[in-house]
Amino acid sequence: MALIACQDASFAYDGVTAVSGLNFAVGAGDYLCVVGENGTGKSTLVKGLLGLLSPCGGGVVTGDGLKRNEIGYLPQQTAVQKDFPAGVYEVVLSGRLASRGVLPFYSRADKAAADENLRRLNIESLRDRCYRELSGGQQQRALLARALCATKKLLLLDEPVAGLDPIATQELYRLIESVNKSGLTVIMVSHDIRGAVTYASRILHLNKAQVFFGPTEEYLNSDVGKSFVGGKRDGN
Amino acid sequence: MVIDTLQEMFSYAFLVRAVVVGLLVSLCAALLGVSLVLKRYSMIGDGLSHVGFGALAIATAMHTAPLAVSIPIVVSAAFLLLRISENSKIKGDAAIALISTSSLAVGVLVVSLTTGMNTDVCNYMFGSILVMSKSDVTLSIILAAVVLTMFVVFYNKIFAVTFDENFARATGVKTGLYNMMIAFLTAITIVLGMRMMGALLISSLIIFPALTSMRLCKRFISVTVCSAIVSVACFFTGVIISYVKATPTGASVVIVNIVAFLAFWLVSAVRGSVLKRRTR
Repeated sequence: MALIACQDASFAYDGVTAVSGLNFAVGAGDYLCVVGENGTGKSTLVKGLLGLLSPCGGGVVTGDGLKRNEIGYLPQQTAVQKDFPAGVYEVVLSGRLASRGVLPFYSRADKAAADENLRRLNIESLRDRCYRELSGGQQQRALLARALCATKKLLLLDEPVAGLDPIATQELYRLIESVNKSGLTVIMVSHDIRGAVTYASRILHLNKAQVFFGPTEEYLNSDVGKSFVGGKRDGN
Repeated sequence: MVIDTLQEMFSYAFLVRAVVVGLLVSLCAALLGVSLVLKRYSMIGDGLSHVGFGALAIATAMHTAPLAVSIPIVVSAAFLLLRISENSKIKGDAAIALISTSSLAVGVLVVSLTTGMNTDVCNYMFGSILVMSKSDVTLSIILAAVVLTMFVVFYNKIFAVTFDENFARATGVKTGLYNMMIAFLTAITIVLGMRMMGALLISSLIIFPALTSMRLCKRFISVTVCSAIVSVACFFTGVIISYVKATPTGASVVIVNIVAFLAFWLVSAVRGSVLKRRTR
Protein backbone atom coordinates (compact mmCIF):
# COMPACT_ATOMS: atom_id res chain seq x y z
CA MET A 1 0.00 0.00 0.00
CA ALA A 2 1.19 3.49 -0.82
CA LEU A 3 2.40 5.73 1.96
CA ILE A 4 1.06 8.85 0.31
CA ALA A 5 -0.64 9.29 -3.05
CA CYS A 6 -2.22 11.99 -5.17
CA GLN A 7 -5.36 10.98 -7.02
CA ASP A 8 -6.01 13.36 -9.90
CA ALA A 9 -5.19 16.16 -7.48
CA SER A 10 -4.85 19.81 -8.38
CA PHE A 11 -3.84 22.73 -6.20
CA ALA A 12 -4.61 26.41 -6.52
CA TYR A 13 -2.80 29.40 -5.07
CA ASP A 14 -4.58 32.74 -4.70
CA GLY A 15 -7.38 31.42 -6.88
CA VAL A 16 -5.07 30.43 -9.75
CA THR A 17 -4.47 26.75 -10.42
CA ALA A 18 -0.76 26.20 -9.81
CA VAL A 19 -0.52 22.51 -10.63
CA SER A 20 -3.04 19.94 -11.80
CA GLY A 21 -3.45 16.37 -12.97
CA LEU A 22 -1.29 14.86 -10.24
CA ASN A 23 -1.47 11.09 -10.19
CA PHE A 24 1.29 9.35 -8.33
CA ALA A 25 1.88 7.09 -5.39
CA VAL A 26 4.89 6.86 -3.11
CA GLY A 27 5.47 3.49 -1.49
CA ALA A 28 7.46 2.62 1.61
CA GLY A 29 11.22 2.89 1.01
CA ASP A 30 10.91 4.93 -2.20
CA TYR A 31 13.19 7.86 -2.98
CA LEU A 32 11.18 10.25 -5.12
CA CYS A 33 12.61 13.44 -6.55
CA VAL A 34 10.29 16.17 -7.78
CA VAL A 35 11.87 18.25 -10.52
CA GLY A 36 10.79 21.06 -12.82
CA GLU A 37 11.55 24.66 -13.60
CA ASN A 38 10.73 27.61 -11.34
CA GLY A 39 7.04 28.29 -10.92
CA THR A 40 5.89 24.87 -12.11
CA GLY A 41 4.09 23.93 -8.92
CA LYS A 42 6.76 22.18 -6.85
CA SER A 43 6.36 24.31 -3.72
CA THR A 44 2.60 24.17 -4.04
CA LEU A 45 2.79 20.37 -4.16
CA VAL A 46 4.92 20.38 -0.98
CA LYS A 47 2.27 22.41 0.85
CA GLY A 48 -0.39 20.07 -0.48
CA LEU A 49 1.42 16.94 0.70
CA LEU A 50 1.91 18.48 4.14
CA GLY A 51 -1.80 19.25 4.33
CA LEU A 52 -1.20 23.01 4.57
CA LEU A 53 -3.11 23.49 1.33
CA SER A 54 -6.29 21.62 0.41
CA PRO A 55 -6.56 20.29 -3.12
CA CYS A 56 -9.08 22.15 -5.27
CA GLY A 57 -9.76 18.92 -7.17
CA GLY A 58 -9.04 15.22 -6.59
CA GLY A 59 -7.42 14.20 -3.33
CA VAL A 60 -4.29 13.31 -1.38
CA VAL A 61 -4.52 10.06 0.55
CA THR A 62 -2.15 8.58 3.08
CA GLY A 63 -1.72 4.92 3.94
CA ASP A 64 0.19 2.74 6.41
CA GLY A 65 -1.22 4.77 9.28
CA LEU A 66 0.76 7.86 8.28
CA LYS A 67 -0.66 11.03 9.76
CA ARG A 68 -0.13 14.34 8.00
CA ASN A 69 1.69 15.84 10.98
CA GLU A 70 4.09 12.88 11.02
CA ILE A 71 5.89 13.87 7.85
CA GLY A 72 9.47 14.93 8.57
CA TYR A 73 9.67 18.24 6.77
CA LEU A 74 12.88 20.05 5.85
CA PRO A 75 11.74 23.52 4.71
CA GLN A 76 13.79 26.02 2.77
CA GLN A 77 15.77 28.26 5.10
CA THR A 78 14.41 31.72 5.75
CA ALA A 79 16.36 34.90 6.41
CA VAL A 80 15.01 34.91 9.98
CA GLN A 81 16.86 31.70 10.85
CA LYS A 82 20.28 32.78 9.65
CA ASP A 83 20.95 34.94 12.73
CA PHE A 84 18.57 33.26 15.18
CA PRO A 85 19.92 32.73 18.69
CA ALA A 86 19.21 29.05 19.23
CA GLY A 87 21.16 26.00 20.31
CA VAL A 88 21.42 23.10 17.86
CA TYR A 89 19.91 20.74 20.43
CA GLU A 90 16.98 23.11 20.96
CA VAL A 91 16.32 23.16 17.21
CA VAL A 92 16.56 19.38 16.80
CA LEU A 93 14.34 18.76 19.83
CA SER A 94 11.64 21.01 18.37
CA GLY A 95 11.09 18.27 15.77
CA ARG A 96 9.32 16.31 18.50
CA LEU A 97 6.57 18.92 18.86
CA ALA A 98 4.04 16.95 16.83
CA SER A 99 4.31 13.99 19.20
CA ARG A 100 3.62 16.31 22.13
CA GLY A 101 0.17 17.47 21.06
CA VAL A 102 -1.15 19.82 23.71
CA LEU A 103 1.39 18.75 26.34
CA PRO A 104 3.74 21.64 27.07
CA PHE A 105 7.09 19.97 27.84
CA TYR A 106 9.33 17.37 26.20
CA SER A 107 9.56 13.90 27.73
CA ARG A 108 12.70 11.86 28.32
CA ALA A 109 11.85 9.82 25.21
CA ASP A 110 11.79 13.03 23.14
CA LYS A 111 15.22 14.03 24.39
CA ALA A 112 16.58 10.55 23.70
CA ALA A 113 15.20 10.74 20.16
CA ALA A 114 16.89 14.10 19.59
CA ASP A 115 20.24 12.71 20.75
CA GLU A 116 19.75 9.59 18.66
CA ASN A 117 19.18 11.64 15.51
CA LEU A 118 22.19 13.86 16.21
CA ARG A 119 24.25 10.66 16.34
CA ARG A 120 22.63 9.34 13.18
CA LEU A 121 23.77 12.39 11.21
CA ASN A 122 27.22 12.59 12.85
CA ILE A 123 26.61 15.97 14.41
CA GLU A 124 26.80 15.08 18.10
CA SER A 125 29.77 17.44 18.35
CA LEU A 126 27.50 20.33 17.31
CA ARG A 127 24.92 19.56 20.00
CA ASP A 128 25.78 22.52 22.22
CA ARG A 129 26.80 24.92 19.48
CA CYS A 130 24.87 28.01 18.52
CA TYR A 131 22.82 27.47 15.37
CA ARG A 132 23.70 30.80 13.74
CA GLU A 133 27.43 30.09 14.01
CA LEU A 134 27.24 26.89 11.95
CA SER A 135 28.14 26.63 8.28
CA GLY A 136 25.36 26.23 5.73
CA GLY A 137 25.93 22.49 5.46
CA GLN A 138 25.94 22.02 9.23
CA GLN A 139 22.71 24.02 9.52
CA GLN A 140 21.05 21.78 6.93
CA ARG A 141 22.19 18.70 8.87
CA ALA A 142 20.71 20.10 12.07
CA LEU A 143 17.42 20.75 10.27
CA LEU A 144 17.54 17.25 8.79
CA ALA A 145 17.99 15.85 12.31
CA ARG A 146 14.95 17.87 13.37
CA ALA A 147 12.96 16.45 10.45
CA LEU A 148 14.01 12.93 11.46
CA CYS A 149 12.72 13.64 14.98
CA ALA A 150 9.31 14.37 13.51
CA THR A 151 8.90 11.14 11.55
CA LYS A 152 9.44 7.41 11.45
CA LYS A 153 8.25 6.95 7.89
CA LEU A 154 8.39 9.84 5.45
CA LEU A 155 10.84 12.71 4.88
CA LEU A 156 9.85 15.65 2.71
CA LEU A 157 12.85 17.77 1.70
CA ASP A 158 12.35 21.13 0.02
CA GLU A 159 15.49 22.15 -1.90
CA PRO A 160 17.85 20.65 0.69
CA VAL A 161 21.08 21.49 -1.19
CA ALA A 162 20.18 25.03 -2.25
CA GLY A 163 23.05 27.38 -1.44
CA LEU A 164 25.46 24.64 -0.32
CA ASP A 165 28.97 24.28 -1.70
CA PRO A 166 29.73 21.12 -3.79
CA ILE A 167 31.33 19.21 -0.90
CA ALA A 168 28.53 19.95 1.57
CA THR A 169 26.05 19.04 -1.18
CA GLN A 170 27.64 15.62 -1.70
CA GLU A 171 27.77 15.00 2.06
CA LEU A 172 24.10 15.87 2.47
CA TYR A 173 23.13 13.64 -0.48
CA ARG A 174 25.03 10.74 1.09
CA LEU A 175 23.31 11.29 4.42
CA ILE A 176 19.90 11.36 2.76
CA GLU A 177 20.79 8.19 0.88
CA SER A 178 21.78 6.39 4.08
CA VAL A 179 18.60 7.54 5.80
CA ASN A 180 16.61 6.20 2.82
CA LYS A 181 18.46 2.88 2.95
CA SER A 182 17.63 2.54 6.64
CA GLY A 183 13.99 2.31 5.57
CA LEU A 184 12.65 5.84 5.45
CA THR A 185 10.74 7.06 2.43
CA VAL A 186 12.16 10.26 0.93
CA ILE A 187 10.42 12.86 -1.21
CA MET A 188 12.82 15.57 -2.34
CA VAL A 189 12.09 18.70 -4.29
CA SER A 190 15.21 19.85 -6.08
CA HIS A 191 16.64 22.09 -8.75
CA ASP A 192 19.76 19.98 -8.86
CA ILE A 193 18.70 17.61 -11.63
CA ARG A 194 22.02 15.76 -11.66
CA GLY A 195 21.81 14.99 -7.96
CA ALA A 196 18.20 13.98 -8.47
CA VAL A 197 18.85 11.40 -11.18
CA THR A 198 21.93 10.08 -9.37
CA TYR A 199 20.27 9.35 -6.06
CA ALA A 200 16.50 9.11 -6.54
CA SER A 201 14.78 5.88 -7.54
CA ARG A 202 11.79 7.69 -8.98
CA ILE A 203 11.26 11.04 -10.68
CA LEU A 204 8.20 13.26 -10.81
CA HIS A 205 8.54 16.02 -13.40
CA LEU A 206 6.15 18.95 -13.10
CA ASN A 207 5.29 21.70 -15.51
CA LYS A 208 2.06 23.14 -14.14
CA ALA A 209 0.86 19.56 -14.51
CA GLN A 210 2.35 16.13 -14.16
CA VAL A 211 4.67 15.60 -17.14
CA PHE A 212 6.43 12.43 -16.03
CA PHE A 213 6.23 9.99 -13.17
CA GLY A 214 8.21 6.77 -13.07
CA PRO A 215 11.56 5.11 -12.34
CA THR A 216 14.70 7.18 -12.87
CA GLU A 217 16.06 4.97 -15.71
CA GLU A 218 12.82 5.41 -17.63
CA TYR A 219 12.98 9.17 -17.06
CA LEU A 220 16.51 9.35 -18.46
CA ASN A 221 15.33 7.66 -21.64
CA SER A 222 12.18 9.74 -22.03
CA ASP A 223 12.08 12.85 -24.22
CA VAL A 224 11.30 15.20 -21.34
CA GLY A 225 14.03 13.67 -19.24
CA LYS A 226 16.62 13.90 -22.02
CA SER A 227 15.91 17.54 -22.73
CA PHE A 228 15.77 18.52 -19.02
CA VAL A 229 18.96 16.76 -18.06
CA GLY A 230 20.36 18.28 -21.24
CA GLY A 231 23.01 15.66 -21.90
CA LYS A 232 25.16 17.05 -19.10
CA ARG A 233 25.30 13.85 -17.12
CA ASP A 234 28.82 13.06 -18.30
CA GLY A 235 30.07 15.35 -15.54
CA ASN A 236 29.24 12.72 -12.93
CA MET B 1 21.68 57.59 50.28
CA VAL B 2 20.12 55.43 47.59
CA ILE B 3 17.88 53.85 50.21
CA ASP B 4 16.78 57.30 51.42
CA THR B 5 15.88 58.25 47.86
CA LEU B 6 13.93 55.02 47.38
CA GLN B 7 12.10 55.48 50.68
CA GLU B 8 11.19 59.02 49.74
CA MET B 9 10.07 57.88 46.28
CA PHE B 10 7.83 55.14 47.54
CA SER B 11 6.12 57.38 50.09
CA TYR B 12 4.14 58.75 47.12
CA ALA B 13 1.27 56.42 46.26
CA PHE B 14 1.19 57.53 42.61
CA LEU B 15 4.88 56.67 42.22
CA VAL B 16 4.37 53.21 43.71
CA ARG B 17 1.54 52.62 41.24
CA ALA B 18 3.65 53.90 38.35
CA VAL B 19 6.65 51.73 39.28
CA VAL B 20 4.50 48.60 39.68
CA VAL B 21 2.77 49.11 36.33
CA GLY B 22 6.04 50.07 34.66
CA LEU B 23 7.96 47.05 35.92
CA LEU B 24 5.23 44.63 34.87
CA VAL B 25 4.79 46.29 31.49
CA SER B 26 8.53 46.24 30.81
CA LEU B 27 8.65 42.57 31.75
CA CYS B 28 5.80 41.70 29.34
CA ALA B 29 7.16 43.95 26.58
CA ALA B 30 10.59 42.30 26.82
CA LEU B 31 9.21 38.75 26.63
CA LEU B 32 6.88 39.50 23.73
CA GLY B 33 9.62 41.58 22.11
CA VAL B 34 11.96 38.60 21.75
CA SER B 35 9.49 36.85 19.48
CA LEU B 36 8.47 40.04 17.64
CA VAL B 37 12.03 41.18 16.96
CA LEU B 38 13.18 37.73 15.80
CA LYS B 39 10.19 37.43 13.47
CA ARG B 40 10.95 40.86 12.00
CA TYR B 41 7.72 42.29 13.41
CA SER B 42 9.43 45.07 15.41
CA MET B 43 7.56 47.78 13.58
CA ILE B 44 4.22 46.38 14.71
CA GLY B 45 4.94 47.71 18.20
CA ASP B 46 5.70 51.14 16.82
CA GLY B 47 2.61 51.15 14.60
CA LEU B 48 0.37 50.07 17.47
CA SER B 49 1.60 52.86 19.75
CA HIS B 50 0.61 55.45 17.14
CA VAL B 51 -2.80 53.83 16.82
CA GLY B 52 -2.97 54.06 20.61
CA PHE B 53 -2.31 57.79 20.41
CA GLY B 54 -5.25 58.27 18.04
CA ALA B 55 -7.45 56.16 20.30
CA LEU B 56 -6.46 58.16 23.40
CA ALA B 57 -7.25 61.44 21.64
CA ILE B 58 -10.70 60.14 20.71
CA ALA B 59 -11.30 58.89 24.26
CA THR B 60 -10.42 62.31 25.69
CA ALA B 61 -12.67 64.04 23.20
CA MET B 62 -15.58 61.76 24.15
CA HIS B 63 -14.80 62.11 27.87
CA THR B 64 -14.66 58.33 28.34
CA ALA B 65 -12.19 56.12 30.18
CA PRO B 66 -8.98 55.90 28.09
CA LEU B 67 -8.57 52.12 28.45
CA ALA B 68 -12.17 51.33 27.44
CA VAL B 69 -11.68 53.04 24.09
CA SER B 70 -8.05 52.34 23.31
CA ILE B 71 -7.88 48.61 24.14
CA PRO B 72 -10.46 47.49 21.53
CA ILE B 73 -9.08 49.86 18.89
CA VAL B 74 -5.44 48.86 19.39
CA VAL B 75 -6.25 45.13 19.60
CA SER B 76 -8.13 45.26 16.30
CA ALA B 77 -5.26 47.21 14.75
CA ALA B 78 -2.87 44.51 15.97
CA PHE B 79 -4.88 41.77 14.25
CA LEU B 80 -5.08 43.88 11.11
CA LEU B 81 -1.31 44.47 11.06
CA LEU B 82 -0.64 40.78 11.64
CA ARG B 83 -2.95 39.90 8.77
CA ILE B 84 -1.14 42.36 6.52
CA SER B 85 2.33 41.05 7.45
CA GLU B 86 1.24 37.51 6.66
CA ASN B 87 -0.19 38.52 3.32
CA SER B 88 2.73 38.66 0.92
CA LYS B 89 0.82 40.78 -1.58
CA ILE B 90 1.00 43.96 0.49
CA LYS B 91 4.39 45.01 1.79
CA GLY B 92 4.14 44.83 5.58
CA ASP B 93 6.42 47.76 6.42
CA ALA B 94 4.63 50.15 4.08
CA ALA B 95 1.25 49.14 5.48
CA ILE B 96 2.41 49.71 9.04
CA ALA B 97 3.75 53.16 8.15
CA LEU B 98 0.42 53.90 6.48
CA ILE B 99 -1.61 52.90 9.50
CA SER B 100 0.62 54.59 12.06
CA THR B 101 0.73 57.96 10.30
CA SER B 102 -3.01 57.80 9.62
CA SER B 103 -3.77 57.26 13.30
CA LEU B 104 -1.38 60.03 14.28
CA ALA B 105 -3.15 62.39 11.87
CA VAL B 106 -6.59 61.39 13.19
CA GLY B 107 -5.38 61.90 16.75
CA VAL B 108 -3.91 65.34 16.08
CA LEU B 109 -7.04 66.42 14.21
CA VAL B 110 -9.36 65.26 16.99
CA VAL B 111 -7.22 67.00 19.61
CA SER B 112 -7.09 70.30 17.75
CA LEU B 113 -10.85 70.26 17.09
CA THR B 114 -11.67 69.65 20.76
CA THR B 115 -9.28 70.61 23.53
CA GLY B 116 -6.51 72.09 21.45
CA MET B 117 -2.84 71.30 21.89
CA ASN B 118 -2.31 71.25 25.64
CA THR B 119 -0.21 69.42 28.21
CA ASP B 120 -2.49 66.36 27.95
CA VAL B 121 -1.41 65.89 24.34
CA CYS B 122 2.23 66.34 25.27
CA ASN B 123 1.74 63.66 27.93
CA TYR B 124 0.32 61.22 25.38
CA MET B 125 3.27 61.79 23.11
CA PHE B 126 6.09 61.61 25.63
CA GLY B 127 4.48 60.05 28.68
CA SER B 128 3.70 61.08 32.22
CA ILE B 129 4.23 59.21 35.43
CA LEU B 130 1.23 60.85 37.14
CA VAL B 131 -1.53 59.10 35.25
CA MET B 132 -1.47 55.51 36.53
CA SER B 133 -4.71 54.58 38.31
CA LYS B 134 -5.66 51.61 40.47
CA SER B 135 -7.34 49.94 37.49
CA ASP B 136 -4.06 50.21 35.55
CA VAL B 137 -2.31 48.38 38.38
CA THR B 138 -4.92 45.59 38.39
CA LEU B 139 -4.83 45.23 34.62
CA SER B 140 -1.03 45.13 34.49
CA ILE B 141 -0.91 42.40 37.15
CA ILE B 142 -3.39 40.31 35.13
CA LEU B 143 -1.44 40.96 31.93
CA ALA B 144 1.88 40.00 33.48
CA ALA B 145 0.36 36.80 34.91
CA VAL B 146 -1.02 35.84 31.49
CA VAL B 147 2.21 36.62 29.62
CA LEU B 148 4.40 34.78 32.13
CA THR B 149 2.13 31.72 32.16
CA MET B 150 2.07 31.69 28.38
CA PHE B 151 5.87 31.83 28.15
CA VAL B 152 6.34 29.05 30.67
CA VAL B 153 3.63 26.70 29.40
CA PHE B 154 4.01 27.32 25.67
CA TYR B 155 7.76 28.03 25.63
CA ASN B 156 8.56 25.17 23.25
CA LYS B 157 5.78 26.10 20.87
CA ILE B 158 6.70 29.77 20.90
CA PHE B 159 10.28 28.76 20.09
CA ALA B 160 9.12 26.60 17.19
CA VAL B 161 6.75 29.23 15.80
CA THR B 162 9.40 31.95 16.06
CA PHE B 163 12.26 29.88 14.64
CA ASP B 164 10.46 28.23 11.76
CA GLU B 165 6.80 28.90 11.19
CA ASN B 166 6.54 26.58 8.18
CA PHE B 167 7.94 23.62 10.04
CA ALA B 168 5.79 24.32 13.09
CA ARG B 169 2.67 24.49 10.95
CA ALA B 170 3.60 21.25 9.18
CA THR B 171 3.94 19.46 12.52
CA GLY B 172 0.45 20.55 13.51
CA VAL B 173 1.16 23.60 15.68
CA LYS B 174 -1.57 26.19 15.30
CA THR B 175 0.82 28.98 14.33
CA GLY B 176 -1.97 31.46 13.56
CA LEU B 177 -3.30 31.09 17.09
CA TYR B 178 0.10 31.79 18.67
CA ASN B 179 0.70 34.78 16.41
CA MET B 180 -2.69 36.19 17.36
CA MET B 181 -2.04 35.60 21.05
CA ILE B 182 1.28 37.45 20.84
CA ALA B 183 -0.28 40.31 18.86
CA PHE B 184 -3.18 40.56 21.34
CA LEU B 185 -0.89 40.67 24.38
CA THR B 186 1.43 43.16 22.65
CA ALA B 187 -1.55 45.45 22.03
CA ILE B 188 -2.58 45.35 25.71
CA THR B 189 1.04 45.91 26.82
CA ILE B 190 1.34 48.95 24.58
CA VAL B 191 -1.95 50.49 25.70
CA LEU B 192 -0.99 50.04 29.34
CA GLY B 193 2.54 51.33 29.05
CA MET B 194 1.85 54.07 26.54
CA ARG B 195 0.53 56.76 28.88
CA MET B 196 3.57 56.43 31.11
CA MET B 197 6.26 55.92 28.47
CA GLY B 198 4.66 58.03 25.76
CA ALA B 199 3.20 56.94 22.43
CA LEU B 200 6.41 57.79 20.64
CA LEU B 201 8.66 55.91 23.07
CA ILE B 202 6.77 52.79 24.19
CA SER B 203 7.97 50.58 21.33
CA SER B 204 11.52 50.92 22.69
CA LEU B 205 10.47 48.67 25.61
CA ILE B 206 9.65 45.95 23.06
CA ILE B 207 12.66 46.29 20.81
CA PHE B 208 15.63 47.29 22.99
CA PRO B 209 15.78 44.44 25.56
CA ALA B 210 15.62 41.74 22.87
CA LEU B 211 18.31 43.40 20.74
CA THR B 212 20.47 44.08 23.80
CA SER B 213 20.45 40.50 25.06
CA MET B 214 20.99 39.12 21.55
CA ARG B 215 24.42 40.79 21.57
CA LEU B 216 25.62 38.30 24.18
CA CYS B 217 23.16 35.40 24.46
CA LYS B 218 23.15 32.51 22.04
CA ARG B 219 20.15 30.47 23.15
CA PHE B 220 16.49 31.32 22.82
CA ILE B 221 15.94 30.67 26.52
CA SER B 222 18.89 32.84 27.59
CA VAL B 223 17.82 35.65 25.25
CA THR B 224 14.31 35.51 26.73
CA VAL B 225 15.44 35.49 30.38
CA CYS B 226 18.16 38.09 29.78
CA SER B 227 15.69 40.42 28.00
CA ALA B 228 13.29 40.24 30.93
CA ILE B 229 16.05 41.07 33.43
CA VAL B 230 17.58 43.84 31.30
CA SER B 231 14.18 45.40 30.68
CA VAL B 232 13.13 45.43 34.34
CA ALA B 233 16.53 46.72 35.48
CA CYS B 234 16.57 49.46 32.85
CA PHE B 235 13.07 50.60 33.74
CA PHE B 236 13.86 50.76 37.45
CA THR B 237 17.11 52.67 36.86
CA GLY B 238 15.32 55.01 34.48
CA VAL B 239 12.57 55.81 36.98
CA ILE B 240 15.06 56.57 39.74
CA ILE B 241 17.05 58.85 37.44
CA SER B 242 13.89 60.59 36.36
CA TYR B 243 12.89 61.11 40.02
CA VAL B 244 16.28 62.37 41.16
CA LYS B 245 17.03 64.56 38.15
CA ALA B 246 13.38 65.50 37.46
CA THR B 247 13.65 64.27 33.85
CA PRO B 248 10.73 62.80 31.83
CA THR B 249 10.27 59.12 32.78
CA GLY B 250 9.79 57.67 29.30
CA ALA B 251 12.84 59.36 27.83
CA SER B 252 15.01 58.46 30.85
CA VAL B 253 14.07 54.78 30.55
CA VAL B 254 14.90 54.78 26.84
CA ILE B 255 18.28 56.43 27.51
CA VAL B 256 19.13 53.76 30.08
CA ASN B 257 18.13 51.12 27.51
CA ILE B 258 20.45 52.71 24.96
CA VAL B 259 23.32 52.65 27.46
CA ALA B 260 22.63 48.97 28.22
CA PHE B 261 22.55 48.17 24.51
CA LEU B 262 25.88 49.91 23.91
CA ALA B 263 27.45 48.19 26.92
CA PHE B 264 26.33 44.73 25.73
CA TRP B 265 27.47 45.51 22.22
CA LEU B 266 30.87 46.64 23.47
CA VAL B 267 31.32 43.47 25.52
CA SER B 268 30.41 41.29 22.54
CA ALA B 269 32.78 43.24 20.27
CA VAL B 270 35.66 42.90 22.76
CA ARG B 271 34.90 39.23 23.28
CA GLY B 272 34.76 38.67 19.53
CA SER B 273 38.14 40.28 18.91
CA VAL B 274 39.74 38.38 21.81
CA LEU B 275 38.43 35.10 20.41
CA LYS B 276 39.68 36.02 16.96
CA ARG B 277 43.15 36.78 18.29
CA ARG B 278 43.21 33.49 20.15
CA THR B 279 42.33 31.44 17.08
CA ARG B 280 45.00 33.17 15.02
